[in-house]
Amino acid sequence: MIVAERKPLDKIAGMIEPFEKVLIVGCGTCVAVCLSGGEKEVAELAEEFRLKTRMNGGKRVFGEYTLTRQCDMEYLDQIADVVEDYDAILSMACGAGVQFIAQRYDHKPVFPALDTRFIGVSMEAGTWSQRCIACSDCILDRTGGICPKTMCAKGLVNGPCGGTNHGKCEVNPETDCAWTLIYRRLEKLGRLELMREIQPLKRNHPATRPITIRHDSYKRFDG
Amino acid sequence: MATRLQEKLEAKEFVITGEAGPPKGVNVKKALEEVEPLKDYLIAYNVTDNQASVMRVTSLVMSYKLIEKGLEPIFQITCRDRNRLAIQSEILSAYVMGIRNVLCLTGDHVVLGDHPEAMPVFDLDSVSVLQAVQALKNGKDLAGEDLDGAPTDIFQGAVVAPGADPLEPQLIKFDKKVEAGARFFQTQGVFSVGEWERFYKHAERAKVPVMLGIILLKSAAMGRFMNENVAGVNVPKSLIKRMAGVKKKDRPKVSIEIAAELIRKIRPMCQGVHIMALGWDKYIPDLLKEAELL
Repeated sequence: MIVAERKPLDKIAGMIEPFEKVLIVGCGTCVAVCLSGGEKEVAELAEEFRLKTRMNGGKRVFGEYTLTRQCDMEYLDQIADVVEDYDAILSMACGAGVQFIAQRYDHKPVFPALDTRFIGVSMEAGTWSQRCIACSDCILDRTGGICPKTMCAKGLVNGPCGGTNHGKCEVNPETDCAWTLIYRRLEKLGRLELMREIQPLKRNHPATRPITIRHDSYKRFDG
Repeated sequence: MATRLQEKLEAKEFVITGEAGPPKGVNVKKALEEVEPLKDYLIAYNVTDNQASVMRVTSLVMSYKLIEKGLEPIFQITCRDRNRLAIQSEILSAYVMGIRNVLCLTGDHVVLGDHPEAMPVFDLDSVSVLQAVQALKNGKDLAGEDLDGAPTDIFQGAVVAPGADPLEPQLIKFDKKVEAGARFFQTQGVFSVGEWERFYKHAERAKVPVMLGIILLKSAAMGRFMNENVAGVNVPKSLIKRMAGVKKKDRPKVSIEIAAELIRKIRPMCQGVHIMALGWDKYIPDLLKEAELL
């Protein structure tokens, strides 16, 4: 899933400061799971702003609405009427959701409440860890199911650099060296020969931004 | 035409190399004055490429400055700051400037240096840079396009860390570097004969000259620091203890003794020494004498 973190409150406050009526829109998918932008987090943020407003004796209004997903027009359409009652939208979705809601309601200023961090997994309650950089050219078949482009700070595809230190990374001694992990995994699988092969050059072209793909089954509808 | 480094290594002679770090700023004169007195002792000087991710004068320009002084550079190129276009272009440009020895490295990560917010590139890695050099020498670039003039006599090398833990992945990469065209190796600093033996048992099969990396151990604190912080460097406790018992003024002497002992013992198992003096360059002549290399 996509993992995001909420920006500091004062940063968000600074962005929406000129606006009297702000609709805070949550997203019920990835960012709800990682506790940064779901219904509960929308309610918390709205409450913090309301409290601030009361303390300052102001009259600002903070609405709440959490959509199933902000990366889908079908759901964005659901707030068409609500949006008209507000001066600005504060999206608690990932960067994709923020842009899509801004595109759908391009007559309203839209602001991001989160920093989108990575595609990752849930390690334990409250801890998420990056696993994929969406490189568009997956090589996990050759690396024992551990991605060196993501898990190695340098994204090296031909083995460890000289910065590998007792199984840890030079960038952060808390972080495992991806290539030590890959070596141990391939050894366990009896497939170390994969590590001995010189890998093809990284293909950066498929990841040239921005990317749009169309599913094969829909292509028959295309002209 | 072969470089002195290539000639001597291919003639199975024992070679000694050192380092010439480009300055941070334009005072190249001072940097050159520091290394020039060693020209009778060193075959060639490694010229580092934004070493430790600290922004400096380029390896290419400093290498050229050495050539102007009649000194032989080993031009280091890393993957941190350039993509494959820039790396190949830099290698061709270096060749045009008369540079022939090219040492291909991954490079430290930018977060370790003085511009931690910079974009780390690593489009290529040390293996694919070696492939790039080989392709260029054959008159093609990495995209398979023909060159108008090939840098046919580049002498390309690579590095390896004999003290890496675990060692096996490092040895696998060593083999890949040989396969990708590395013609010589310099190693990370080594402080024990046992460590070298474990590595060399594997490396000697490649039949590529390997030069022992020697770091001058300046103090016990430096030994402890390197054990904690420098990847692939393992200073045995006995050496740290030996340095700890030495008065400051006698440290260079003992440091030289330690390095010289290592060189004497490892000499039959390597084809040269690469000395990382880390500011103690003036002691290199004494070290070489003590190591019976003069």
